Amino acid sequence: MFDFSLITEWINNALGTVFPGWLVTTIECLMIGVGLLLVYALLALFYIYYERKLCAAFQCRLGPDRVGPWGLLQSFADMFKMLIKELITLNHVDKFLFALAPYLVIIASMLAFAVLPWGNGLQIIDFNIGIFFLIAVSSIGVLGILLAGWSSNNKFTLIGALRSGAQMVSYELSIGLSVLTMVVFAGTMSVGGIVEAQSNLWFIFSGHIPAIIAFIIYLIAGTAETNRGPFDLPEAESELTAGYHTEYSGIHFGFFYLAEYLNLFIVSGTAALLFFGGWMPLHIPGWEAFNHIMDFIPGVFWFIGKAILLSFIIIWFKWTYPRLRIDQLLSLEWKYLLPINLVNLVIMVLIVVYGIHL
Amino acid sequence: MAIVALLTGVALVALALWLAGLISPRSFNPQKGEAYECGIPTRGISMSRFHVGYYLFAILFLMFDVETVFLFPWAVRVKELGGAGLISIAIFFGILVLGLVYAWRKGALEWK
Repeated sequence: MFDFSLITEWINNALGTVFPGWLVTTIECLMIGVGLLLVYALLALFYIYYERKLCAAFQCRLGPDRVGPWGLLQSFADMFKMLIKELITLNHVDKFLFALAPYLVIIASMLAFAVLPWGNGLQIIDFNIGIFFLIAVSSIGVLGILLAGWSSNNKFTLIGALRSGAQMVSYELSIGLSVLTMVVFAGTMSVGGIVEAQSNLWFIFSGHIPAIIAFIIYLIAGTAETNRGPFDLPEAESELTAGYHTEYSGIHFGFFYLAEYLNLFIVSGTAALLFFGGWMPLHIPGWEAFNHIMDFIPGVFWFIGKAILLSFIIIWFKWTYPRLRIDQLLSLEWKYLLPINLVNLVIMVLIVVYGIHL
Repeated sequence: MAIVALLTGVALVALALWLAGLISPRSFNPQKGEAYECGIPTRGISMSRFHVGYYLFAILFLMFDVETVFLFPWAVRVKELGGAGLISIAIFFGILVLGLVYAWRKGALEWK
């Protein structure tokens, strides 16, 4: 596979010959920041279009098709519209917390986004507890949503935020446990290490039955974590208008919208990383010629392709299942997913320690 | 590098807000500042007490989440620690499961 760190090394050396050390670091940090910002924004715009087109396809509609060819510029138009809407100054909100909430939501998704492995050597944050860091920072998002609902001083937003909080913290447990199951199997928490461990066979194939169960639980919990249907009761339109972001207007609302789509990408990207080998191409042991051909497709395409396919499944859920009630939602997590997950973890540990094959 | 990602997040929000402030229109209307409800003025303040069930689940979550965090350092060394590590973690794990069973039997997992 092509190692992207060659390019970063080259840039580092080229800059080092012209500028002093501190300036090189500053320029590199700026480049990373701008790159991150661009990829973040473009992916969010793509996801908005992707979801709308898919929703339309599920409902036998055409979806957006007026702005640009096949409606490709629709999400640009949407974002621009949000930008030119008035930011209404409300006189009943807690001003500081109200302004702080979008920052928290965006920062949480940006930090988690930076951990994802895009290709060989193409990763912004890679250290020995990478996947743990990812879970930790993505839970900051709950804080932003709770603050948004509370500071808006509105009954709809308060109920929406509390539902969202209860849902997200509950399902975080399942995410944590299924990630733990895969960490037991991989024997490392570093994102790069997890990807390397799957160079011969992806974990979904090599991880026996527990990996498959962990994947299904991860997918369900990930859908709940991103507040998407059938778990979208924090913003159930028919009862709560728009849930926790009812009082936000213009681009303020846009931040929540952006973060929601990015979280969808992060959840599916993490699933791709844990179960489908991150940027690793599809390798089948024994099929040397096939493996060699697969190596020609760059890792970035593998990673984005897997993430997009997995988010297709998550979007599919939304149009297949009706919305749950809050008691059903919580009992699904605490009475079904959590016990199954604990048993699954024990089986995985036994497999790893005693080498039992299922 | 994490600090770069964090600053990028802050910059994204700040830049977009600044841009929106430049190009978005401004108009004043006393009705605009009101809370969004069905058209009737809001009664009372909404930052008030809420259903205790949410609090209960938050407490349960805190318990389990902190305990799963303790499992992570062991998880990376499962193979090396082998049987002895397995027994000691099994006791810890047993207490964790016992807590879940207790909460279940107490009816803490029912939404009332």
